Amino acid sequence: MKVLRDTWLVFGRYFGLFIRNPVWVAIGVLQPVLYLVLFAPLLNPIATMRGFPPGGAYNVFVPGLLVQLGMFGAAGVGFSLIAELRMGVIERLRVTPVSRVALLFGRALRDMFSIVLQSLILILIALPFGLSIHPLGVVVVLALIGLIGLLTASIAYAVALVVKSEDSYAPIVFTAALPILLLSGVLLPMSIAPKWLQNIAAVNPLLYAVDAARHIFNDNLGDPSVAKGVLILAVLSVISVVIGARQFGRAVA
Amino acid sequence: MAGTNPEAVIETRGLRRVFKSRRRQVDAVAGVDLNVSRGEIFGFLGPNGAGKTTTLRMLATLLPPSGGTARVAGCELATQQDRIRERIGYVGQAGGSDREITGRTELVFQGRLYGMSTQAAHRRAAELIEMLELEGAADRKTGTYSGGQKRRLDIGMGLVHSPELLFLDEPTTGLDPQSRARVWDEVRRMHERGTTVFLTTHYLDEADALCDRIAIIDYGKIVAEGSPEELKRAIAGDVVNFTIAGDQQRALDLVKDQDFVREARLENGSVHLYVDRGEVAMPAILRLLDAARLQLMTVELHRPSLDDVFLRQTGRSLREAAA
Repeated sequence: MKVLRDTWLVFGRYFGLFIRNPVWVAIGVLQPVLYLVLFAPLLNPIATMRGFPPGGAYNVFVPGLLVQLGMFGAAGVGFSLIAELRMGVIERLRVTPVSRVALLFGRALRDMFSIVLQSLILILIALPFGLSIHPLGVVVVLALIGLIGLLTASIAYAVALVVKSEDSYAPIVFTAALPILLLSGVLLPMSIAPKWLQNIAAVNPLLYAVDAARHIFNDNLGDPSVAKGVLILAVLSVISVVIGARQFGRAVA
Repeated sequence: MAGTNPEAVIETRGLRRVFKSRRRQVDAVAGVDLNVSRGEIFGFLGPNGAGKTTTLRMLATLLPPSGGTARVAGCELATQQDRIRERIGYVGQAGGSDREITGRTELVFQGRLYGMSTQAAHRRAAELIEMLELEGAADRKTGTYSGGQKRRLDIGMGLVHSPELLFLDEPTTGLDPQSRARVWDEVRRMHERGTTVFLTTHYLDEADALCDRIAIIDYGKIVAEGSPEELKRAIAGDVVNFTIAGDQQRALDLVKDQDFVREARLENGSVHLYVDRGEVAMPAILRLLDAARLQLMTVELHRPSLDDVFLRQTGRSLREAAA
């Protein structure tokens, strides 16, 4: 299969660039760790409030942090693509017979890898704070976060290919990311939100991801919301990969 | 139009590209007919913004045409892009290597993209490194390369799969004279191996020295086509350029209707004459100016250059248009 071979090749290229610069993993982990240390303790007193999900402050908060990491970790990937557009790298790749899907998917896989790695580190760091999770839960939650990374990275690449400049890319991506984040229940559970806010949040796919992740961390792997969250993200990821690959096919730089 | 000319590597009819922005529509390429034969070095000469790069990008499958048809390397551009991509190499103005990656890694990766095995790609990379004399630089990141080294690596990436047709977009722009000569040598070596080379340039001397045939493009249209010799010969006779003290228009009015003058115009503040025979025209011009008491400041007689061809076709000097 040409697509698989090409995807592997493209992944190899960007993975090579990634491991030579592991400082990005450290930076990616640093922010959630700061949340963990400087913000999560505030949750302990309100974890007993009416409407706050069961499971203790860390088991409620860490899933949200992971989702946030999945999204923000991938939202910035377009910057490197724009730099490559400028160096002519993308044009050079596009003139070869390489699969357009591979051009997108190979790099997005690298981003997934990086995000899953960061997520794993974050989970390990959170354990001594009182997080408890079943090993199988870790696997499922990492898959879920990986999908969020894939979805976000594919969209981020498509945006970068359209706007072609950091000056437009940064405001577009981060302005879009903020309401998605706020309405996902990452910081505080949406279950304590007023009804109108919950209604708006219902169209946000990340809400279902956070919901699924919280159930996983609550040892509720069999809960329908877990399958629902994974399925929603899987479908959206496929769609976004197709959209991103089409942009690689038609990129006019 | 299939098979109209078996020797044609590139054949276009009415190739067009329109860019639409918010307010207006720009005809970047406005109906280009091209015939490039196998084994030629074909030059596309024109000022910046004339449509050279846009045409090249269309032919290299990077940009869909707005109209017209094209066959490239024996395949229809509209329907057989994948097959075209296997047969062509393309070196864009920006080059295309990543600053953070070594030259050798880039060459190997490029070979792998064309379906080579890892070993074959390594072998080919080593071959190209030797051929392009990049031994000293190959294992350094390309961000550390000189302009000439980087351009040679870019060309190497375009040659990895030994394409039958290589596109070079302004291959020597921004290079020092020595690196420029190296690139010319490489192009000639490709030519000797039978590769067809299609390059764009806004340097007259480059088109003249390197190309078998050239097309001059201006405002998205081809205004002249032929070998440099043919094009220059079409401007029969010689070119006389002179300036006088005072108003050049007076000198122009004085000489323009003389029998020996085929064409006269003011150009860059000097009088520009196309004449049948320069050695006859010169004394006559001097006598006319003397008789009219006009003082000659500078005078120059030369064979027509490609710049004269450009000037004749477009009414502008290429040097001026490129500036």
